[in-house]
Amino acid sequence: MKDDLLGQIFVTFASVSLVAVGGANAVMPDIHRQVVDQLHWMDSATFANLFAVTQAAPGPNVLFVSLIGWHMAGLAGLAVATVAIVMPSGLLAFAVGRLLSRLEGRPIVKTIKSGLVPIAVGLILASGLVMGAAAYHGLLTLGITAATAAFVFLKERSPFWPLLGGALLGVAAYATGVPY
Amino acid sequence: MAHSIIVRVIALALLRLILILSIVRAMMSTDIPPTRPSPIPISRTQLFLGFLKIGLLGFGGVAAIARHVIVEDRAWLSEKDYASLLGIGQILPGPNIVNVSIMIGDRFQGPLGSLCALSGLMTMPLLILVGLATAYQSFATVPAVQAGIAGTAAAAAGLVVGTALKMTRKLKPTRLTLAIGVVVFAAVGIAHLPMLPVVLIVAPLSILAAARENRS
Repeated sequence: MKDDLLGQIFVTFASVSLVAVGGANAVMPDIHRQVVDQLHWMDSATFANLFAVTQAAPGPNVLFVSLIGWHMAGLAGLAVATVAIVMPSGLLAFAVGRLLSRLEGRPIVKTIKSGLVPIAVGLILASGLVMGAAAYHGLLTLGITAATAAFVFLKERSPFWPLLGGALLGVAAYATGVPY
Repeated sequence: MAHSIIVRVIALALLRLILILSIVRAMMSTDIPPTRPSPIPISRTQLFLGFLKIGLLGFGGVAAIARHVIVEDRAWLSEKDYASLLGIGQILPGPNIVNVSIMIGDRFQGPLGSLCALSGLMTMPLLILVGLATAYQSFATVPAVQAGIAGTAAAAAGLVVGTALKMTRKLKPTRLTLAIGVVVFAAVGIAHLPMLPVVLIVAPLSILAAARENRS
């Protein structure tokens, strides 16, 4: 029975892996449809709670899938879900990486790579804006976002410091009753 | 109790690695010739530790921290190499940074390097995630914790914005390249159009533009 569940976890997420262009956020609606609506593994509120936990932890968002595995079948579920979501797309990335380094130096590869650069940067800025809007509570959070952006833009220091500063400012604002 | 959980997590992680390794080996043994040797020697330990740092600090947008570690801190890749590798990672399915870690690992140390980079990237976040999930019910409702998380989230957003601006400054784009970046940003960030169609439409145009600029 348990093996059955693990097998189902594997099949579910391995099938999502190769369509997850743009990472976990892009396939979130699809995961919700399968996990909540079709398989009835959990209700919508539990799904949202697990997602919130993933947001509070560092690392790629795809770990949300690992957490669903953990919720369903403990550590074995975590391991199976992680392998299922990472392996198919990972092997493809490996093959493409190989192909590109074999063709390295050819003008066509150089051109394709150059063409992808502005898209990569545009997408990072877009996700920064979306994250900033989601993190916005009031003036203090806006200030933290702006100050961190300036820090990163101007300095080559570790981003750990503004992250820590943001956390401490949030706690301090709460402790002193300042709205954040 | 907690100890035995950690042992089991590590054991499972090892099993996972062995599984992936054997599949990669099977793939390798067919017809793919080894890649050319990398210009700078970067050890597997360095790959693991570098990506461990990326995983540990990667709140929200991992691409921002990854750039800091890969381009500034460790100087493994140039600004442009990182941006184009990230661009490839974004087009392929799967999380960008997982794809980038696999490609960078392979570039410097072959398939084992990919595994070192990938496991470095995933280890700490997985452990933290399991810890958080276990403690979530009791601590997530504490207002001070919520305030701290809100502050961290705001900083993480600024980190991503700052990284994009800094990459733009360092890449010194031509006017046309800059315009393409702005279009992608506006379409996905402001108009909230779905990413995949935007990329599928803009990428060929952008590559054509790059071809024209190379020629002139």
